Amino acid sequence: MDQQVSSQPAARNVTSVERKGDRELVVTRTFDAPPRIVFKVWSDPDLFRMWWVPKGAPMKLLACDMDVRTGGKYRLEFEAGGQTMEFFGKYLDVVPDERIVWTNDEGEEEGAVTTVTFQDQGGKTLLTFHEIYPTAEALEEAMTGSAAGLPIQLDQLEELLSTVSQ
Amino acid sequence: MVQYSSPSLDLSFAAISDVTRRGVLEQLARADASITGLAEKFQMTLTGMKKHVAVLERAGLVVTEKVGRVRTCKLGQRDLAAEAQWIEAHRRLFEARFAALDEVILRMKQEEEDGSASE
Repeated sequence: MDQQVSSQPAARNVTSVERKGDRELVVTRTFDAPPRIVFKVWSDPDLFRMWWVPKGAPMKLLACDMDVRTGGKYRLEFEAGGQTMEFFGKYLDVVPDERIVWTNDEGEEEGAVTTVTFQDQGGKTLLTFHEIYPTAEALEEAMTGSAAGLPIQLDQLEELLSTVSQ
Repeated sequence: MVQYSSPSLDLSFAAISDVTRRGVLEQLARADASITGLAEKFQMTLTGMKKHVAVLERAGLVVTEKVGRVRTCKLGQRDLAAEAQWIEAHRRLFEARFAALDEVILRMKQEEEDGSASE
């Protein structure tokens, strides 16, 4: 009986990742809940930290401060392999249940701007995660710059995925 | 929207889906190597390594050149490999995140259905 409850729905929602043009990355996914709920899970720090770093990932989220409103700030602190990393920025535009736009200011140069939109589709939510880099070179650098460490990253992700129930 | 379904990128994804082939790319990023050298490094038969290198070669990730009796391998279109890996890494990361997000959402929906009367 319990197995029925915890089993995944037959049709899984597909995560799509695409490069759009030479400066943008777009991730889309449908969720089986209205935008009100999906927005809450993205904007409440206690809920956000439950999924942003999936269980079993080779990194830990140490701190998660988010003041999700236009002009508010965020700061995420991770620990991976004995090192801590910080990600921070500002919310440029927040419309509850519709969209969140933030800057990524941790780098030395101008960072990407991330926009997440929540579109109602008859009680479900089409989520679009969109990153736009200031220049084509910045996106190129983000991709090639991380390439050296990437085989390891891919292996870690494989390890991670094996711990996440499919 | 530009769809990245070019044959070369598809081949590229297929090529990097294998742990040995990713290892070979990593190795060639450091230095060119012969197929024999790679086979020894990855503890497999020459025939096995030849197959892996052929897959990488078809994807344009590796180029080989035969000088005398030795076939030397080096990285081909490295940027394409980096891009394909980067996108694949993002896709896997988001897939894992969203699987966890689904669970949080499911719990919230159940709590709402139970209403304030629960517990």
